[in-house]
Amino acid sequence: MSQIILNGLFVGSFYALIALGYSMVYGIIKLLNFAHGDVYMIGAFVGFVTLTSFGGLTAAATVPTLILLILVAMIFTGLLGVGIERVAYRPLRTSPRLAVLITAVGMSFTLEYAVRQIFGPSPKAYPVRLSGGSLDLFGARVSTAQLALMGVAALLMVVLAFYVNKTREGRAMRAIALDPQASTLMGINVNGVIARVFFIGSALAGAAGVMAGAYYGSIDFLMGFVIGLKAFTAAVIGGIGNLYGAMLGGLTLGLLESFGSAWLGGEWRDVFSFACLILFLSFKPTGLLGARVVERM
Amino acid sequence: MIALSTTSTRSPLRAPAPTRERPQRRRGWRSDEGFVRLLGALAFVFVLVLPFINASPYVISIMTSALIYVMLALGLNVVVGYAGLLDLGYIAFFAVGAYTSGILTTHFGWPMLFAVPGVIVACIVAGIIIGGPTLRLRSDYLAIVTLGFGEIIRLTANNLEITGGPSGIHGIPSWSFFGWDFADGVTVGGIFFNGKIVFYYFVALIVGAVGVVVVSRLARGKMGRAWKAVRDDEDAAEAMGINTYVTKITAYIIGAVWAGLAGQLMGTHLTAISPNSFQFLYSALILMAVVLGGMGSTPGVIIGALFVSLAPEFLREFSEWRFLLFGVLLVVTMIFRPSGIWPATAVLPWSKDKHVDDDDTDNDQDPRVVSREGFEKDAGAEGAADLLSGREGKGR
Repeated sequence: MSQIILNGLFVGSFYALIALGYSMVYGIIKLLNFAHGDVYMIGAFVGFVTLTSFGGLTAAATVPTLILLILVAMIFTGLLGVGIERVAYRPLRTSPRLAVLITAVGMSFTLEYAVRQIFGPSPKAYPVRLSGGSLDLFGARVSTAQLALMGVAALLMVVLAFYVNKTREGRAMRAIALDPQASTLMGINVNGVIARVFFIGSALAGAAGVMAGAYYGSIDFLMGFVIGLKAFTAAVIGGIGNLYGAMLGGLTLGLLESFGSAWLGGEWRDVFSFACLILFLSFKPTGLLGARVVERM
Repeated sequence: MIALSTTSTRSPLRAPAPTRERPQRRRGWRSDEGFVRLLGALAFVFVLVLPFINASPYVISIMTSALIYVMLALGLNVVVGYAGLLDLGYIAFFAVGAYTSGILTTHFGWPMLFAVPGVIVACIVAGIIIGGPTLRLRSDYLAIVTLGFGEIIRLTANNLEITGGPSGIHGIPSWSFFGWDFADGVTVGGIFFNGKIVFYYFVALIVGAVGVVVVSRLARGKMGRAWKAVRDDEDAAEAMGINTYVTKITAYIIGAVWAGLAGQLMGTHLTAISPNSFQFLYSALILMAVVLGGMGSTPGVIIGALFVSLAPEFLREFSEWRFLLFGVLLVVTMIFRPSGIWPATAVLPWSKDKHVDDDDTDNDQDPRVVSREGFEKDAGAEGAADLLSGREGKGR
């Protein structure tokens, strides 16, 4: 029982990291960034390339190395996110919603198959495997690596919450989410803030990518597809556009999934979580923490 | 109640007569509709003649698949192009159709023809389950839910016993009518048509006669105009008395049934189906066919579907790179030419110059100007009218 809960929390912390990016972008420009899951995949590949080009590091594959890798991947994917926004989404900011959604699908496709052309279709073994002892926690076995990863995820979320709630830039973000036009009138650099949101969201996804690569040990060009869907589910469960909602939703989805696969069997895990998405949208579309959405014309 | 009964006895509302004579619309094959019809007829003749030019199994096989792609794209065009709903799991309905007919014919031994109502019912049920809750929400939720639904169907087919698990269903029979099976072939006028060619003609007939004609006429009727109104502005459509929810779910279910029937045809064509044929990739390919061709435009969608399905056959080396290229094309199309290769509102090059005897021909061509004159006569507010027409250019 406590093993199931712990596994759920662990997977949930990944989901939460990716859901944050979805939720922030959605909150600020009302765009479903389909390419977000693929940014996570690119993060894993950046970690892979960094590790293979500095082969000496693999021997000392410890937690500090991993943190360094995460930082490299975060910077790269963050810049990638800004680039995607600049090239694909900014020209369409005033277009009908359908056009932007289709562009996002196209962007996701482009990233997936660009990586496929570079690295090939077969899965790649991640050169760093987290090893280390495990310890007992309330009767559940947990490896130190799992704890370290959960710690990193929690740290990133705390920093983000501080940034959004306490700093000047965070205030600008919240203002734009409320009303972009009024924010422009108040002298906020709306384009700059949106670019920053894309940077932060993509960087978090990149961090999650490296962590997933190190934990599962194998990456491929389609790994972002299902996880992107799951992260969206998490964002919806928590209430899309809400920062704490994304975190809570990620953990909730992780737990639901963990119990679901213990109950129905592992092969039904994804079916179960997407069914949860449909149920949530039917009965509580605003999510656990979401406010009532007022549709603006 | 009384007010209702009196209004119903009055003559229906009519548009006022034009204030001056309008130029004749062009007729014959050079008119906009006539040209499209001519092209369509030529394409249909080509499809019918093709087996006489080259009847190799390879050509017949890829042309049958291409026609099924056209059918799918026409169905998705109803959902995306007319109603403006982004469906990213369209292949799921294709899978529902293929699996329903496959199970009914192989496990229960039904003839293919009797499986058609089963497929229709299954697709309607699936469409209501997915569309019912999500179509009340913002349109982007539908996109992601359909994406999830596509995965649910694929994984379910992969996990269940009755769907054959990962290896799928094989040995799907061909169609038979009153004891005559397609596999028997047929001899007409001394020429023997084998089963594959008969099936090719059958698909061409369904896609051409039923698909193209029905879908494009549907779009011009009351329902089609309601779809387009909802697509362009949901709030305004609601204010005009359109039940947007019913309108959207109708489009969604028509699209679903259409894909299901295409799935049944594909199941017969390939005689075997497996979960791998229903990945997200294929949903995206059909979406690309619709978007690249032109959303809401029947000729555009057909061109798009033929391009997407036949391009890898013609350019073998290119097939590796095609998905990357398609992804880039989607983004580029949306930014630079959102209406696609053949836009729904396409004007033929020779239709742009109008030959009318009137002096100010340009004004006559523009319905906006005519309506402005009516407005001036009624209200006498020239300044306001100018303001209105000046704003036209900025609207979407």
